[in-house]
Amino acid sequence: MLGLKKTDATLLIVVTILTVFAPFILNPFPTSSAMAQFNAGYPDLMQRFIIFGIFAIGFNLLFGLTGYLSFGHAAFLGIGSYAVVWMYKLLDYNVLPGLVLAVIVSGIFALAIGFISLRRSGIYFSILTLAFAQMMFAISYSDLIGRFLGTTVTNGETGLQVYTSDPQILLSAGETAPHFLGLVEMRSTYTLDAGAWSFDFNAGYYFCVVFMLMAFYLAIRIFRSPFGLMLRAVKSNQQRMSYTGLNTKPYTLAVFVISGMYAGLAGGLLAAMDPLAGAERMQWTASGEVVLMTILGGAGTLIGPVLGAGFIKYFENIFSKINDNVLHQWFAFMPDGLEDFVVFVIHPFIGKGWHLTLGLMFMMVVIFLPGGLVEGGQRIGRIFRRKDRNSSDAELDAAKQRNTPPAE
Amino acid sequence: MGILEVKNVGKRFGGLQALGDVNLSIAENSVHAIIGPNGAGKSTLLNCLVGKLIPDTGSVMFDGQSVLGRKPYEINQMGISRVFQTPEIFGDLSVLENMMIPCFAKRDGAFGMNAIGAVMSQTDIIERAEHMLEEMKMADKRHMTASSMSRGDKRRLEIGMCLSQEPRLLLLDEPTAGMARADTNNTIDLLKQISDERDITIAIIEHDMHVVFSLAQRITVLAQGTPLVEDTPDNIKGHPKVREAYLGETQTAA
Repeated sequence: MLGLKKTDATLLIVVTILTVFAPFILNPFPTSSAMAQFNAGYPDLMQRFIIFGIFAIGFNLLFGLTGYLSFGHAAFLGIGSYAVVWMYKLLDYNVLPGLVLAVIVSGIFALAIGFISLRRSGIYFSILTLAFAQMMFAISYSDLIGRFLGTTVTNGETGLQVYTSDPQILLSAGETAPHFLGLVEMRSTYTLDAGAWSFDFNAGYYFCVVFMLMAFYLAIRIFRSPFGLMLRAVKSNQQRMSYTGLNTKPYTLAVFVISGMYAGLAGGLLAAMDPLAGAERMQWTASGEVVLMTILGGAGTLIGPVLGAGFIKYFENIFSKINDNVLHQWFAFMPDGLEDFVVFVIHPFIGKGWHLTLGLMFMMVVIFLPGGLVEGGQRIGRIFRRKDRNSSDAELDAAKQRNTPPAE
Repeated sequence: MGILEVKNVGKRFGGLQALGDVNLSIAENSVHAIIGPNGAGKSTLLNCLVGKLIPDTGSVMFDGQSVLGRKPYEINQMGISRVFQTPEIFGDLSVLENMMIPCFAKRDGAFGMNAIGAVMSQTDIIERAEHMLEEMKMADKRHMTASSMSRGDKRRLEIGMCLSQEPRLLLLDEPTAGMARADTNNTIDLLKQISDERDITIAIIEHDMHVVFSLAQRITVLAQGTPLVEDTPDNIKGHPKVREAYLGETQTAA
């Protein structure tokens, strides 16, 4: 199907079904129940799952295939957002021109940054990309280019947003929020009430889903292509590659640009959902986050980065919502002293301390599941199959993990 | 006029003159061995031939074209393949994929941007790689991860990868270093077969005299960065200068 072999087509179908029905899947608890706070099916969070999924898929093309660890990918995310908001300011609230511009501009920046950074590999490459991203963050945060030109380019720490005084030459009457070709506004949401449950179907979410499925499909094609094979060869042995008559530089640069364009698209979609762009989107913490997502999910696997992105965004939102009052409710059945003690112990891990929880989970995954959540899934699958395993089976599995094509 | 002509090549690392004034001519379709004691400059010379090092003086001509200043991948595309001392293969990839990569390099050149078509639909490449695996008697290992093979098999794969590019000159850097006797003999047989069946020139750097004398038609002895003698294996065997270089007789006398 679509030029994919069976297992990949199945994966794409599963991802399609999961994303289309996510509003149901992520809202399993009745709205009035105590468990409702674990529901993740509200538009804002679902959009983030998808957008950061795109970001991580793109990052994984670079890191998972070639092993080049970019620590400055958030720069492209920020560029994408700025591009979209600028199109709002100049044209109108239609998101398409902005998204096209976001992908192109981030591609150009990736070409320039990649050209210089890819002169080095390993930690030096990471440091170079980090340095570029931090420079771009600093420039955006104090709008250095804008000050130099005597105008506004990034609007500094306030962040770029649309004002009524902006040109918006294509703006039609009553147009106040991002929309797709004037057909549907991104924020429009249909809420389905089914008994005690409530499900939100948001236009912006499905808009993002379309892009994510296209991005995911393209990533599968790249993984399985001769280009993808060369990228895995870069990761495996660059010396052998150049003594086999292959120039590694254009391969790594090409994938760096593709990866930067994915990030630009993700950044553009962030601004398509919420017409704002701030410099903090470029900060190194954002670059680090996508590294965590990819490793947590499983670097070099197809579905891993998407899982990692969903996992981190879910816990970021849910754990940070839980506060002491909620804990007291949960442990109300305990004797008073014990209840206070338990709440005292858990307190550092929730609310603003959710990063602590994330750090612990990340440690667990890296120590016990070096292949990320995908490896976890494979191990569980193996237990269920309960097959007698001999060494050749183990080798086949190892080969599968590396996405080796199966026997013809 | 040999296929590879090395003229007056010198290379200095700081205070160390690694190569003095090397002149070497390798005849087409021959097996030429370069031997010499440790530190004689064998590896330096080899690195000058494949573009890893650029000599300070002299010229290196391959088939009438200079290789100096070219990158390793460009020199490889000219028709020189190199086998390393420790087998350099794509350890994370399967044996078949290992064999496919040089086939792609042969067909598409130094850079081919096919990011959409599936690898599995490149039937010409797969056929070629499978054929080469048959020839190397490794077809049964095609889905193994390359790094999990024995050293002898890795060497076999590496040689096969080089051959799949149909190079005109195959450079081998101590191909049997650290190998068990049986693996060494297999490698010798393989190289003999290659040299008999193909239009290929083989240049080999080797410590193991058993390997050298069973393969080479010409031998160059290198010592302290300069060629001492060049002759047939039979004449090299009893040559006083060679004994001197290896056993250091003059040094003990002085």
